[in-house]
Amino acid sequence: MPVEANSMIAILPEIVILTVACAVLVIDLYLPDERKDINHIVTIIGLATALGAISLIGSDKVTYAFDNSFIRDPLSDLLKGVILIVTLFTFVYSRDYMQQRQLWIGEYHVLILFAVLGMLIMVSANNFLTLYLGLELLALCLYALVAFDRDSKAGAEAAMKYFVLGALGSGMLLYGISMLYGASGGFFGFAQIADIAAAQGTDNQLLVFGLVFVLIGVAFKFGAVPFHMWLPDVYQGAPMPIVLFLSSAPKVAAFAMAVRILIEGLGGLQTDWGEILIILSVLSFVLGNVVAIAQTNIKRMLAYSTISHVGFIFLGLLAGTAAGYTAAMFYTVVYALMAAGAFGILVLLSTQGIEAEQLDDLKGLSERNGWLAAMMALIMFSMAGVPPAVGFMAKLLVLEAAVSVGLVWLAVLAVIFSIVGAFYYLRVIKLMYFDKPQLEQPLVIDGTATIAISINGLAILFLGLFPASLLQVCGVAFG
Amino acid sequence: MIALSDYLLLGALLFAIAVAGIFLNRKNVIILLMCIEIMLLAVNTNFIAFAHYFNNLSGQIFVFFILTVAAAEAAIGLAILVVLFRNRHTINVDDLDMLKG
Amino acid sequence: MENIYLTIVLAPLLGAIVAGFWGAKIGRAGAHWVTSSGVGIACALSLWVLSRFIWHDLPAFNDTIYIWMVADGIQFEIGFLVDRLTVLMMATVTFVSLMVHIYTIGYMADDEHNWPHGSLAGKNSYQRFFSYISLFTFSMLMLVMSNNFIQLFFGWEAVGLVSYLLIGFWATRESAVFANLKAFLVNRVGDFGFILGIAAIGMYFNSMDYAEVFAKAPEFANTEIAVFGGVSLMTLICILLFIGAMGKSAQVPLHVWLPDSMEGPTPISALIHAATMVTAGIFMVARMSPLYELSTTALSFVLLIGAITAFFMGLIGLVQNDIKRVVAYSTLSQLGYMVAALGASAYAAGIFHLMTHAFFKALLFLAAGSVIIAMHHDQDIRNMGGLRRYMPITWITALVGSLALIAFPGFSGFFSKDAIIEAVGHADVFGAGFAWLLLTIGAFITALYSFRMYFLVFHGKPRMDEHTQHHLHETPWVVTVPLLALAIPSIFIGWYAVEPLLVNNWFGNAIVVAHEHDTLHHLANHWHGQVAFIQHGMHGLPFWLAMSGLILATIIWWGWHKVNPAIDGQLQQKAGPLARVLDNKYGFDDFNQRVFAAGGRRIGQVFWNTGDQKIIDDTIVNGSARAVSWTAEWMRWLQSGLLYHYAIAMIVGLVGLLTVYVAF
Repeated sequence: MPVEANSMIAILPEIVILTVACAVLVIDLYLPDERKDINHIVTIIGLATALGAISLIGSDKVTYAFDNSFIRDPLSDLLKGVILIVTLFTFVYSRDYMQQRQLWIGEYHVLILFAVLGMLIMVSANNFLTLYLGLELLALCLYALVAFDRDSKAGAEAAMKYFVLGALGSGMLLYGISMLYGASGGFFGFAQIADIAAAQGTDNQLLVFGLVFVLIGVAFKFGAVPFHMWLPDVYQGAPMPIVLFLSSAPKVAAFAMAVRILIEGLGGLQTDWGEILIILSVLSFVLGNVVAIAQTNIKRMLAYSTISHVGFIFLGLLAGTAAGYTAAMFYTVVYALMAAGAFGILVLLSTQGIEAEQLDDLKGLSERNGWLAAMMALIMFSMAGVPPAVGFMAKLLVLEAAVSVGLVWLAVLAVIFSIVGAFYYLRVIKLMYFDKPQLEQPLVIDGTATIAISINGLAILFLGLFPASLLQVCGVAFG
Repeated sequence: MIALSDYLLLGALLFAIAVAGIFLNRKNVIILLMCIEIMLLAVNTNFIAFAHYFNNLSGQIFVFFILTVAAAEAAIGLAILVVLFRNRHTINVDDLDMLKG
Repeated sequence: MENIYLTIVLAPLLGAIVAGFWGAKIGRAGAHWVTSSGVGIACALSLWVLSRFIWHDLPAFNDTIYIWMVADGIQFEIGFLVDRLTVLMMATVTFVSLMVHIYTIGYMADDEHNWPHGSLAGKNSYQRFFSYISLFTFSMLMLVMSNNFIQLFFGWEAVGLVSYLLIGFWATRESAVFANLKAFLVNRVGDFGFILGIAAIGMYFNSMDYAEVFAKAPEFANTEIAVFGGVSLMTLICILLFIGAMGKSAQVPLHVWLPDSMEGPTPISALIHAATMVTAGIFMVARMSPLYELSTTALSFVLLIGAITAFFMGLIGLVQNDIKRVVAYSTLSQLGYMVAALGASAYAAGIFHLMTHAFFKALLFLAAGSVIIAMHHDQDIRNMGGLRRYMPITWITALVGSLALIAFPGFSGFFSKDAIIEAVGHADVFGAGFAWLLLTIGAFITALYSFRMYFLVFHGKPRMDEHTQHHLHETPWVVTVPLLALAIPSIFIGWYAVEPLLVNNWFGNAIVVAHEHDTLHHLANHWHGQVAFIQHGMHGLPFWLAMSGLILATIIWWGWHKVNPAIDGQLQQKAGPLARVLDNKYGFDDFNQRVFAAGGRRIGQVFWNTGDQKIIDDTIVNGSARAVSWTAEWMRWLQSGLLYHYAIAMIVGLVGLLTVYVAF
């Protein structure tokens, strides 16, 4: 089969990222240690170009490529854009950190770029094979990134745990795919499976079993309870910039995966997976919010907070309405921004040989760097769901979606536990503003990072005041 | 003629063995890697069986991809194992409990 | 036009943000320049819009700018309704605000002396002050330009917040903190009514948009609801909304916070507690005229509250010795006049008086502030006297302000106040006769206390100490220019505005008056120009009462005072119990302190002991906190760190979900 030009245009962003990744791989060989910044510049330019490519080929229409194994639609445009943007933030925030720890080497860029490529492919997958390949490309890069600091005991342990559990998770996903393949009579395209699911529904036992396994694969990627066990350990063990990356972009990709599999593939079984998601959602926001309170390590605390946010994202998905999907997507995008900002600030704090890992390291931040403290406070308010930060709007939308399908009890429970959760977010603000700093000297961060964190933080405020634009874009994705 | 269900049963058994291996094994991390391979094997068995039963090639192609990915995965897994051993001087699963809570 | 309106609102906000967040960087000059130019832009544009309305008959603007969210059919939005009522308010607010901005440059010039040495809050207090007054201007514009109840409420609370911050601006003074807390609490009482009113509107009209609510209102004119044994819905809504107005516009019995608010710096007393914020209640009722016209009961309630405030608060002004408090009680009394006008359905007259009052009362306050600067922050009029010679500009402008206040013929206050008294005389809602009597005698009281203060401050022998007297001189131009700029409209605005506003129905559709309530049409029917109006007014009882008040004040505090400087104190002693009642402000403060504050504390104590400590703290709060932390610990134990436990969790999850599936 000849490769059509249309297909090549549809994967333009992926081509850009792949080219840049290969380029960095080669360039890095010829760069002396003190000029590794060139990798950085090439990477940034590459990511920006990919963003440009997305806006170039983006439209309201849907394009299929490579014999329907690849899809480009408004959903993929937006999610790819978000992934690229948070990756940009990742690189800008992490430069000083990695340089100070002699980790500013080409592999860092290459691995993240390949992970991004994997995510882009996941977002645009139109069958299980493409999805699986994207997923594994992402996962393999992440395993390596977690162990990036080769002298870190915790990093190695975290990577091992992540690897084994990740393999178990993708094993379950694959097992599910094989069942769906059998149930559909030899197809793994989402469209064909959707036809079968609509026609046969729960009568097809194999389909149902396959659904459960596949769903576990999705839940694992998100880190929903009880498939969350890897998440706190990996967050704690991995280097801070890796956590920054790991906590933001892959969640967006996981959301795309959920949409492709559950809505586009198995939409006919919505009532069934909806019930499963209710269980996972409740477990997630209960466990996430409760355990986060007991944490003293801020990375771990944010890990549990991630788990609780996943519960909220599921809350929107399980409603099974266009409004619910839109709300979940809005929440995911917002969450990626908040996570990038929160970990970005921790990365910036981890300077002068200090790892800002403990909650105590945030004490008195307002005195050391008022602007950074203000941004962190904004992000914490947003995560806690305090208006006018956008987190409030995100929570409101998913709750509204749940209420609109009659799940009032679930919404009430979610509200109760987000109040429980507000405690540990507000504790961070209290530490920053009302406690004496452990280190007296002011915290100076470079200009680019300050600009990036300001954009990041103010975007959260801006979207809270003007949510309509993003909401509309999210809405378009679900027709 | 071996029925499709027999293959699926075999697949399920392999999968169960792999899973059991992951949580019963408390000694050696390498055994975990082997269990993961077995799990992928179970999946491959399923795919091949279905592909043969439906007389459909796509399942077999999927298997090739899985095999490739499994190779890469094993490489990464072993690499992590090396890092782990260098840092901790042990590959005992029971000793991997520095991160918890 | 949308962009112009947006600019009017956002320019002061921008100034406030820059001065507030980057005050330390831009310095004092930067702060007053950025805020003053923000307000200046808003003022210039407002005046331009006003001129378009006057001479080019610009149509009213009513549109949504931005929808924040829609919940259950009710839109949370930002929208502007700019009609003739609004534009008059916009022009007044921004003009007075601009004058106050300029004045503040002089007044706060050495604010650091007002703070204890090295106090943290005193750092950059100058910039902070400018940021606050600009923020206030923004909030007030949001309030008056709103086209829906939610934004109205936002503006309502925002001006309240800024007022709270400014009353307690000198946060190291105990009296200031007490005063801002008091203002805050009393306003909460009013706001409680206000929000209930808005909620009632939301419940019955299912809309927050003015236009929709007004259009639907006649359908509900005869609706009764089963509260307190059957009340008309419109009456309930109107009275609840008016309770909010009573808090904000300081009407009896929620007036107690306003005199205490004089603890704030004088510029804000002029801007917030005299010219603009306190008139928000008046504006709101006028804006809601389509609702109020449907309930005679509510109108009668409004009229009586207004008349009572006008008379009894004026009386208290007679015995005050703090220069700002005299002006504060006069403000209360004048607000009473405006409210009474609203009750008599003479909304146009109320707004007219609001406007003229904004100018002359801001003028009086700024003049008082000018005196205070010269007196080195001594505010006691017993220590003043003879300032006329040292401060000619302040003296002449204060005289203009006082004449306008007592409704001296030809000055702006004359037209508005006379129209109000006449309209109330024509009203026939319950209590109109009584209200007319109070307002008419009020004219006498007003003249008496105004000129008591005037003579004690500017005439007679200087009574201050040597040192102060030695340093007495006119204040700098940033103070006197706003005085002069405000004196001009205080004299002339009435002459020019009376005909369009009251006679030619300039407000048009912005204000709705039912035919049978139209108390202003008598005035319109007998209109023969301003001169005839003045002549007619000079035959009326209010004029003669005001003149006798003026003459009496001249005799006592000018003539007699020369002979016997202790006359003021002696008169108060002679008046005995009456003076004591007035000095205690009719006991409102004591009553509130003893009954509400102390009683509240006692009830609170009981609740705290049994309810809070035992039930809530011990069992619910600490109990749930204990439960949460216990659960958290238990769940942390599950996260054992061991790989195979994690795997087991996943397998359990898998089996669990499969079981759920098979079971259902």
